[in-house]
Amino acid sequence: MILRDIAHCRSGDKGDTANISVIAYEDKDYELLVKEVTPERVAEHLRDSVKGTVIRYEIPRLGALNLVLTHALSGGVVGSLALDAHGKSLGSALLSLPIGSHTNN
Amino acid sequence: MHKVRIGAGAGYSGDRIDPAVDLAKRGNLDFLVFECLAERTITNAQLQLLSSRQKGYDPFLVARMQAVLGLCHQNNIRIITNMGAAAPLAAAQCIRDLAHDMGLDSIRVAAVVGDDILTQCTKDSACLKEEHGYTIAEHRDQIISANAYIGAESIAKALDKGANVVVTGRAADPALFLGPLIHSFKWKMNDWDKLGKGTAAGHLLECAGQICGGYFADPGKKDVPQLAHIGFPFGDIYADGRIEISKLDNTGGYITPATVKEQLLYEIHDPARYLQPDVIADFSNVWIEEIATNRVRIHDATGHAKTNHLKVSISYHDGFIGEGQISYAGIGAVARAQLARDIIKERLTENIYRDLRVDFIGMNALHGDQLSSGHEPYEVRLRVLAKCDSREDAERIGNEVEALYTNGPSGGGGAWKSTRPAVFLTSPLIAESHVPTSIIFMETANS
Repeated sequence: MILRDIAHCRSGDKGDTANISVIAYEDKDYELLVKEVTPERVAEHLRDSVKGTVIRYEIPRLGALNLVLTHALSGGVVGSLALDAHGKSLGSALLSLPIGSHTNN
Repeated sequence: MHKVRIGAGAGYSGDRIDPAVDLAKRGNLDFLVFECLAERTITNAQLQLLSSRQKGYDPFLVARMQAVLGLCHQNNIRIITNMGAAAPLAAAQCIRDLAHDMGLDSIRVAAVVGDDILTQCTKDSACLKEEHGYTIAEHRDQIISANAYIGAESIAKALDKGANVVVTGRAADPALFLGPLIHSFKWKMNDWDKLGKGTAAGHLLECAGQICGGYFADPGKKDVPQLAHIGFPFGDIYADGRIEISKLDNTGGYITPATVKEQLLYEIHDPARYLQPDVIADFSNVWIEEIATNRVRIHDATGHAKTNHLKVSISYHDGFIGEGQISYAGIGAVARAQLARDIIKERLTENIYRDLRVDFIGMNALHGDQLSSGHEPYEVRLRVLAKCDSREDAERIGNEVEALYTNGPSGGGGAWKSTRPAVFLTSPLIAESHVPTSIIFMETANS
């Protein structure tokens, strides 16, 4: 199973900081998100993009997590040389995170 | 007034215009808001102002206003927009003249000014709490623009004084929606719960199509109907802070708890502390109720006392970015693109750049090598960029890529190049008391 099977994401930017929301399609999967989508695993999965830290906020009533990734946008929109300077596509990268089988990840 | 209806007419400067016209025509709106300023927009507007290519306000101001001014006049809808960008006063004058030319009488246009703090920042930057040790004092000569994110109070006051159209420069996006709510319901500027609720409504509406299934579709997983004709949203907000979001019948897209959740968390950090000029909005206990098809109710947004500080966006000249691209396809495409990269790197050893980036579009340009490893595409596009001190050096990058046509690997096609100014952005804080705002009114004649 991968994250895309149980959740959807949207990402956006503020300066050089990106955020990715991770939202369970069904409320029953929220606990699985909390268990599996840890800051450590997100940082590892997105290590080519995120040069800073990953902070995670839990929003149980929405069945959602909000991940805040610092130094993730090569300096931010205006001066960045990156193709996706807004980090808009970062959420799509996270959706391939393996769920429930990360012993070999 | 018990309830007001606010439509979202734009989610960014270049957004579609026809959904806003539809809202103005049959949305039964009280207010129509056009949110058109991204983080980079004022810098671009200021650069264009400096080069005298534009007037400093939104390039689509005239097209948008021509499309909706008559309808809004006819249907008694008041407009709030940040399309003033770097020149809100000039934008207001433009709208007034346009209304006059369209034969619309007694249109009162208000410009909210004061967000532009460039002059005071260059004179005395001690008022700024700067970040990363990058200070105005050291980079005074490179500064392009400095704008504080102002709040909703001036917008509400402009509406109190009868403005039909309110134009701002840099204002916090949700404040464009909060302003008409403060005006309509006489919410107090220390009623943190109401200001938090109004901010939630504004945040949900500010990206227009994004809450109606725009930026949401993922075929097979999230299928959204009729995206070519997506409707823009409106909010029904009640005096007690109740929020409902919906869209017009016979428009594309959909509004569901899932689209609302994506938008609620869009570009925020701590959901319990969404920092705004007027309030710290708190979305941490929000829940979404679907009360009808394409209609949702937002519960339990709230707010806390504001910080008394405003975010400032300061931009600096940072040299130039030169870019070149060329494509390779068929058998050996990747090897030829890699050879092209090696040639470019060997040619550019003269220290003409501060920062060089090479991507293979189709392989690793968005997420690096790690997530796309093992994937050999049929076609690949080489993308080379460098940040340089001078325009001449930056132009070398695109020229070198283009010269791969006759000097590089076989079969390169579709070469393209560009050179543009590079900008560095910082976001320090400033005490609100250092940013006085004022309102300038102008109107078309009474006939």
